[in-house]
Amino acid sequence: MTAALGHRREKIDALAARAGQVPADGGGVSLTKSAFRRLRRDPVAIIGAVIVVVFLLVAAFAPLLAPRDPLEQALLSQVRQGSIPGAQDGFPLGVDQLGRDVLSRLIYGSRQSLMIGVISTVLGAVVGMALGVLAGAFGGWADTLVMRFVDILLSIPGLLMAISISVLLGQNQYALMIAIAVTQVPVFARLLRGSMLAQRDSDYALATKALGVKRSRIVFTHVLPNSLSPVIVQGTLSLATAIIEAAALSFLGLGDPDISRPEWGAMLASAQAVLSFRPQLAIYPALCIIVVALGFTLLGESLREALDPKFRR
Amino acid sequence: MSTAFSAGIRTALAGQAPVLEVEELSVRFTRRGEAGTQAVDGVSFSVAPGETIGLVGESGCGKSVTSLAVMGLLPGRGVQVGGSVRLDGQELVGAGDRTLRKLRGADMAMVFQDPLSSLNPTVTIGVQVTEVLRQHRGMNGKEATEEAADLLDRVGIPDPRRRLGEYPHQLSGGMRQRALIAMSLACSPRLLIADEPTTALDVTIQAQILELLRELVQGSGTALVMITHDLGVVAGLCDRVHVMYAGKIIETAERRDLFARPRHPYTGGLLASVPRLDTPRGTALTPIRGSARDAIPWAQGCAFAPRCDSGQDDCLTEVAGTTVPLEDDGPGRELRCRHPLATAPVAGSPTTSGADR
Ligand SMILES: Nc1ncnc2c1ncn2[C@@H]1O[C@H](COP(=O)(O)OP(=O)(O)OP(=O)(O)O)[C@@H](O)[C@H]1O
Ligand SMILES: [Mg+2]
Repeated sequence: MTAALGHRREKIDALAARAGQVPADGGGVSLTKSAFRRLRRDPVAIIGAVIVVVFLLVAAFAPLLAPRDPLEQALLSQVRQGSIPGAQDGFPLGVDQLGRDVLSRLIYGSRQSLMIGVISTVLGAVVGMALGVLAGAFGGWADTLVMRFVDILLSIPGLLMAISISVLLGQNQYALMIAIAVTQVPVFARLLRGSMLAQRDSDYALATKALGVKRSRIVFTHVLPNSLSPVIVQGTLSLATAIIEAAALSFLGLGDPDISRPEWGAMLASAQAVLSFRPQLAIYPALCIIVVALGFTLLGESLREALDPKFRR
Repeated sequence: MSTAFSAGIRTALAGQAPVLEVEELSVRFTRRGEAGTQAVDGVSFSVAPGETIGLVGESGCGKSVTSLAVMGLLPGRGVQVGGSVRLDGQELVGAGDRTLRKLRGADMAMVFQDPLSSLNPTVTIGVQVTEVLRQHRGMNGKEATEEAADLLDRVGIPDPRRRLGEYPHQLSGGMRQRALIAMSLACSPRLLIADEPTTALDVTIQAQILELLRELVQGSGTALVMITHDLGVVAGLCDRVHVMYAGKIIETAERRDLFARPRHPYTGGLLASVPRLDTPRGTALTPIRGSARDAIPWAQGCAFAPRCDSGQDDCLTEVAGTTVPLEDDGPGRELRCRHPLATAPVAGSPTTSGADR
């Protein structure tokens, strides 16, 4: 456990330190601009962005895109013991064991994944960043206290912690979001703190201090905005983790108690019973989870490279 | 400590109380479990209103640390600061954070070496200039913007109103340094420390920036401490020069005296290693032997002894019994050397920088 903690800490700190380097040929707006320019030329970034955008559009326009009502048990009469109707007219991916259209359920399921992913990531990022600012801005005992707490969180494997919290808070969506958010907190806290410490040692922070500017202003106007780029990258990557964790938790039965609501993890779970004769019911939602998580990861990784001064041309 | 000025132009200033008095300033960086490094070792100097002094020396001799110690900008942990720094009679060593913050930017200011990294890349020039005005002069909104544009105009930035809305990377190197000078002079400080303000700029811009500093300082009676390793800067700007080596001042003199008659072999070496126009073409430059890393601790004798051509046995403490003291050496001069140069190896002043005139 301690080795794993050490490894995770090192990874986060390396990220934070890299963000502390100010590129020699300017930063700020030009940095964002040139990062964007490089993103557009990077095929990996484009693939990631396309996946993410398609996912967002599907989630936003689910009612328009879905061919049927995801709750309607249209072909229930054709479902037999040991056989479930496959693809046919009006049901491009077939139906599940309750006779509901799989494609429509996948499309509606994207909304659930997106909502849980975004809300829990935002929640985790906000709390984590607050802790990071506390540690990075004040240093001293505040830093020690916050970082001890964060290290404890970090040393518990994410999914294990999410399951424990979910069990503790009861079976509902909000518990699920909070559970996932808690697993995101330590990464954001440590990342922002490290990146703020690097920025606090920067020349412009010293120059601003030499002008007699108040410490709170130095922290919030100068140090903080310059420390955010690794946090943005992490946010993108965290969305992928959150979507996977959300699916995993509802697969384990810790998600929404309303099991009729379409959700990828829950679909995967219920497909277990019919895996032997209709594995597609498990494959489709699994593919969705993998592709969406991959999309956010690709985008996040190429964003990191684009914002990294070392990769600048 | 001799503070008597020899030349006529200084007599007007001689009667005035100094703006900055540094006495026996020492800075020691300590690391847990290590002996630590003595970056500044008993440095004393003072600056009168309107006077410009130079702190000159090789890289690593403690110039920047001296200036940071004066400004109270050294980190709180791992540093021991000793001696005394008085700004208009007020003691700064050991002063509280709040006291120092009120003085910084208002009564004492500093210009750094690299204008690009000294500006926040994510914030406009306008925000960075007005924040000084807000902090120390209680200005707000339109009033602060007007004053900021006025300041930029005064340091020679064309079209100041447009520049206020621009980011640091949109300005040229010279303009960035001008903007930083504008910020540091926004409250007409009594003391300005410029730590190699032209090193990161190209030669023509260097001359302009030095000229600007000279004008601004002369007009306002601000005391200027010019930190540099460029003797051209010293020749163009400084009234008095303090030459530093390994954390100590080794020679102090009026600018003209120093160039005409360097006494310390290190100063002589510095002057001889600068290209000049008045020597015949093809004359080889003579660099100082070795590097700053060859310095020995002052406790063992003269730190420069291992590199010195006129060094003798009694430069070392084991032989002489004491380390080399800083002693009076004629009017307005001080010297830390047992075997100084007798005659001037060079005459006049070097001409490397456009500021030299
Ligand atoms: N934060 C620090 N921790 C430990 N040692 C330091 C620190 N800052 C400076 N020093 C040491 O203090 C000595 C003086 O450094 P300083 O930056 O004052 O040199 P300098 O004369 O300004 O050189 P340069 O011309 O390169 O700017 C150096 O030997 C350096 O190693
Ligand atoms: Mg320096």
